[in-house]
Amino acid sequence: MHTENIITVKNLVKKFGSFVANDHLTFEVKKGEIFGFLGANGAGKTTAIKILCGLSYPTSGELTVAGFDIYTQREKVKKNIGYMSQRFSLYDDLTVYENIRFYGGIYGLRKKEIDSRSHDLMARLGFESARDKLLGEIPLGWKQKLAFSVAILHHPQIVFLDEPTGGVDPITRRQFWDMIFETAHNGITVFVTTHYMDEAEYCDRVSIMVDGRIAALDTPDNLKQQYHAASMNDVFIKLARA
Amino acid sequence: MPGTSVSVQHLTKRYGETVALDDISFDIARGELFGFIGPDGAGKTTLIRILTTLLLADTGTCSVEGFDVVKNYRKIRKISGYMPGKFSLYPDLTVAENLKFFATIFGTTIEENYDLVRDIYQQIEPFKNRKAGKLSGGMKQKLALSCAMIHKPEVLFLDEPTTGVDAVSRLEFWDMLKRLKASGITILVSTPYMDEAGMCDRVALMQNGRIMTISSPQQVIRNYPLSLLSVKAGDIYNLLGELREYPGVHSVYAFGQSAHVAFTGRIIERETLLGFLRDKKHESVEVEPITATIEDCFMELMNTPPPAPPQKREGSATVA
Repeated sequence: MHTENIITVKNLVKKFGSFVANDHLTFEVKKGEIFGFLGANGAGKTTAIKILCGLSYPTSGELTVAGFDIYTQREKVKKNIGYMSQRFSLYDDLTVYENIRFYGGIYGLRKKEIDSRSHDLMARLGFESARDKLLGEIPLGWKQKLAFSVAILHHPQIVFLDEPTGGVDPITRRQFWDMIFETAHNGITVFVTTHYMDEAEYCDRVSIMVDGRIAALDTPDNLKQQYHAASMNDVFIKLARA
Repeated sequence: MPGTSVSVQHLTKRYGETVALDDISFDIARGELFGFIGPDGAGKTTLIRILTTLLLADTGTCSVEGFDVVKNYRKIRKISGYMPGKFSLYPDLTVAENLKFFATIFGTTIEENYDLVRDIYQQIEPFKNRKAGKLSGGMKQKLALSCAMIHKPEVLFLDEPTTGVDAVSRLEFWDMLKRLKASGITILVSTPYMDEAGMCDRVALMQNGRIMTISSPQQVIRNYPLSLLSVKAGDIYNLLGELREYPGVHSVYAFGQSAHVAFTGRIIERETLLGFLRDKKHESVEVEPITATIEDCFMELMNTPPPAPPQKREGSATVA
């Protein structure tokens, strides 16, 4: 179903002094898939994501993201991706509406586009009543749905989600994944990190990093078979403890 | 010796309009490993900060080892260990200096209570000359727990010690807590991870400042009021939607690659459901009855409205 590559990474190395954070990573992400990027704390996930988002240069390796070279076309990369993390995405002292418009502006949308897309977004999320509330006043679950919607407001080819569901209740967490499924269904590639291993099972393919390297990469079903494990949690524990 | 370690009666705390804790009462026995399970905003941190005498409640009373949190707060501070949710050690002191600092301010020495922290501290001792700010997440967590324990507290308060921590480090942390529990200390721990409930003697499932239920994790599961089936098929996304349409279904939630389908009252025939899904062109369908997990219980409790406050019925109002 997913055949075209949207991210290609060949022999990515990133060193900080003598410390090798990413040790020859090689993988591809297919257009339209939900790609889970897992690993223990300190395994090198954040380092790799920063490089893929054009925020940090690799030490060596060949990378393209959304068809653009990560060394020479960084600004084009940034225009074609969205990024959301649990903590840093939105401004608490702007209103819901102001946050949406702010991000629309940052991504260079025209005023007409911002008007229509922010209107659609508020209606789709049912947030009309919260339009003029400061972000700090709305529940965490709403903030996360808003942060995700804002991250794809400019219709990027790929959206990076860095632990998007931390701290929310289990029902909201599942509603959030409904949004992820819908987004992938609409053709936007989803690149997601999480510590919830049940969420790893919602991904089309999952990579697991251990000590700066990719220790495994496959569909959840294949990984469970390969490691004789009943769940992704067991796969993860077997790999990270090995 | 058994007895009550922590007692909380009708505790309420508001921040402006927000009710962080809404008339909460419970007791925790000495030596218990007790878990507060719930998402952000449930009131877990507020509760722990009140019990550790760092925050005053609006109304209600609490005691720790018989000491009142307002009148005897100094006593409580001496006998409590506290690990806040945010890393709060000194980043520019080394591992060893942090531990020595906390021992000293509690009027003791590392040597005196080393037995208590040996298991945990030994894992970070190879890095004892490293600045605490330069440690990895897992090592910070171990140092913080050592520092919270070094004065041999009677009660240990841990505020989300495993949040943002990977699955392997989480397991290791709970192993440490079980060993600490064996030394007789009372442990109160909060967590947003439902799967950690099973590690506790008793749990309070919390949401929006209320305790939805409080008992042993086994009892929480026994109290689950519905019949539950696990349904697996290749296409989970469409499966969820179609199961929600099935007559008699109460709720459908994704759990990894399967769906948990809950029914009220009468039991739905497995064969009938299988037929229904085959008609919908699902392939390799598996259906099996299962026992609820804590997460199933939590979501069902979230959907159950809280009991209405008792209404004053003065005068002659009659109830049909």
